[in-house]
Amino acid sequence: MIPELGHFALILALLLAAAQAIFGLVGASRGNVAWMRAAQPAVTGQWVFLSLSFGVLVWSFIQFDFSVRYVATTSNSLLPLFYRIAAAWGGHEGSLLLWGLMLATWSVAVAAFSRSMPLPYKSRVLGVLGLVSVGFLTFMLFTSSPFERLVPAVPDGNDLNPLLQDVALAIHPPMLYLGYVGFSVAFAFACATLIEGRLDVAWARWARPWTLAAWLCLTIGITLGSWWAYYELGWGGYWFWDPVENASFMPWLMGTALIHSLAVTEKRGLFKSWTLLLAVGCFSLSLLGTFLVRSGVLVSVHAFATDPARGLFILAFLVAVIGGALALYTWRAPALKSEAGFELASREAFLLFNNALLVAATGLILLGTLYPLVMDAMELGKISVGPPYFGKAFLIPMVPLVLLMAVGMHAIWKRSRLGPVMNLLWILLGAAVALALFVTLVVYEEFHFMGLVGFTVGFWLLGSAMVEPIKRFGGWRTLPAGFWGMTTAHVGVALFAIGVTGVESYRIEKDISLGIGETTVLEGYEFRFEGTKNVQGPNYRAIEGTVLITRDGKQVTTLHPQKRFYASGGNPMTEAGIHGRLRRDLFVALGEDLGAGKWSMRVQYKPLIRLIWLGALFMAFGAAVSAMDRRYRARSKVSAAVMTGHAAGEAAR
Amino acid sequence: MTPRRKRMIAVAAIVIGVGAATAVALQAFQENIMYFYSPSQVTAGEAPDGRAFRLGGLVTAGSVERTPGDIEVRFTVTDNAMSIPVSYSGLLPDLFREGQGVIAHGRLDSSRGVFVADEVLAKHDENYMPPEVAETLHTPQASGGAS
Repeated sequence: MIPELGHFALILALLLAAAQAIFGLVGASRGNVAWMRAAQPAVTGQWVFLSLSFGVLVWSFIQFDFSVRYVATTSNSLLPLFYRIAAAWGGHEGSLLLWGLMLATWSVAVAAFSRSMPLPYKSRVLGVLGLVSVGFLTFMLFTSSPFERLVPAVPDGNDLNPLLQDVALAIHPPMLYLGYVGFSVAFAFACATLIEGRLDVAWARWARPWTLAAWLCLTIGITLGSWWAYYELGWGGYWFWDPVENASFMPWLMGTALIHSLAVTEKRGLFKSWTLLLAVGCFSLSLLGTFLVRSGVLVSVHAFATDPARGLFILAFLVAVIGGALALYTWRAPALKSEAGFELASREAFLLFNNALLVAATGLILLGTLYPLVMDAMELGKISVGPPYFGKAFLIPMVPLVLLMAVGMHAIWKRSRLGPVMNLLWILLGAAVALALFVTLVVYEEFHFMGLVGFTVGFWLLGSAMVEPIKRFGGWRTLPAGFWGMTTAHVGVALFAIGVTGVESYRIEKDISLGIGETTVLEGYEFRFEGTKNVQGPNYRAIEGTVLITRDGKQVTTLHPQKRFYASGGNPMTEAGIHGRLRRDLFVALGEDLGAGKWSMRVQYKPLIRLIWLGALFMAFGAAVSAMDRRYRARSKVSAAVMTGHAAGEAAR
Repeated sequence: MTPRRKRMIAVAAIVIGVGAATAVALQAFQENIMYFYSPSQVTAGEAPDGRAFRLGGLVTAGSVERTPGDIEVRFTVTDNAMSIPVSYSGLLPDLFREGQGVIAHGRLDSSRGVFVADEVLAKHDENYMPPEVAETLHTPQASGGAS
């Protein structure tokens, strides 16, 4: 009975989403205030019913209701409570429901915190969000309802994929979805702007905090995924350029371009149509990501479904959204002209380069991700594009991007006036080169060209980001939150660059065979294999190895890598042993019994790998700080009065 | 220099830079495209010599062997028509099993007639078969047919 309640709530949510779309869009175009006002309760209602529906699903998981097909396929009677809840989004149907709930949550937030916007504009935004929601809920109800019954019910479920039984991975999908779906808000703002043919740039100010919030969630989601892959997959890598990873990285790159371009549009009224196009592109890439991951076109842990009907639906949806938005764009955008000019070394110009380079990076990744799919679809051969391509191609736009960032942070709007800062930056560059040489030659004792380049740009950016805060020492309170956000995020980029450089240039990875008491040495660390024993977990048993690590005769740590076998059967799992320090990680994964008392083992030395995730967290934190800038609140109060007047005027028409 | 000339030089520099970057990117792309071949195609000599490619099929039942204590493992990959011996030194994926689908990245050592793998990937769960492998498998009756 209860699962049917969830299904029913889902249907009601779909109807309310339709109401939201119709009242919002039609009401605004007819100037019917009552209709426009009605869009808001529809949003709230949709959210309430989706929450109810999601709650019912979680309840079914907690109660081990194996008469529900989805529960039976992704849960198990031995699964601990925490993972039973997380299992609600551990499969295709549940993660779609979560997607829908996230979309409704963003819509409710937009409805609640956008009092300053004129009513017709706001209801158009809500209307567009409603349309997106209608698409997704229809998809869910017709192709992948999580509440479908299993007749007869099974006594026990299949279990959640053991790979997914992990804390980081329980949080990874919701964060990632918050990010993906969050870009729908920027998309809705862009569509509403195009529909109204708004010539002003107030929308950029309204859209900025939302875009930053979405970008923040996506950043954290990707970081968690990378961190999870590092310690859970047993390969010891932080990024594999897997198509599914690329699917989340492309909207991130374009989102990064969007938050910068929005700044130019808001402050200077430039790049108007470009910013709109980026907003459309960003959400389109999020949908493309969903399509790639959920359609079964790609194969990975993420691809649960290989049902062609589902893929076809998402593809049709994708075409409708992108096609519709682009048609709207070609119709309306020519009216948007940017009048003001700017000079070559002005802030606008640097942000233009930023956008060009980020979009180029997105394009290069898109090429490598889609090319094999296109070739396969046209029966031109089965190919794959190896990770070395992405590694190389990505650096081409990224090195200039970081270099320009170090300078561009100090540029002012409109004019080329870097002057005295430039002298300081040259000195910093010299210092960065010297420091990078020191790190490569003295610390890591091996010259590595890309290592030198990477450390140089990283150190330079770090130094450059520190210039302003040091110069204004004592007067920090006068600096706006936006400045601190930018500085924090750029420091994050620098840390990230240094981390990637360290790992890519100086990592050591060995797959070896070790007998009990045998040792292997990596960078002065001696790994001694002490043997294995059997251990018992709540829903698995494991073989646990013991590896003692010493350096210069002193014990560093003892690692316990495991090979787990889950009670529900299925795949064994590798649980790596990791000793992490800011300076380096030591990584050991247990392979298999090779006979003759020996085990295969993967031992790795990963310098500076933690800086990668730390840098990403800095970026996310920077976005949070920026989004909280008083400007978005203070000005909205001033404009609120103006806008309500404006709205009343427009509604009266 | 007039501002106009300055701008011209900047534009020219950007065009040259973008052109060079595109060339480097396309070259990296060319170098890293890996084709997929089935054991039958490899036997027929279609696979490139000395260039990395992907070999896929089933791990022949009973073919996995290793010298006890040695990390090198040898097995054969089959499409139920032809099979190719593979040698690999490293950790096998958790899902590697005899009789199951597998994709190996590596090069053909034509002097030994062995495919030397530098990476071995197995399917992601027990119900899954890589589509490339599924399409090239020869059922016993249809053996010899084109893939």
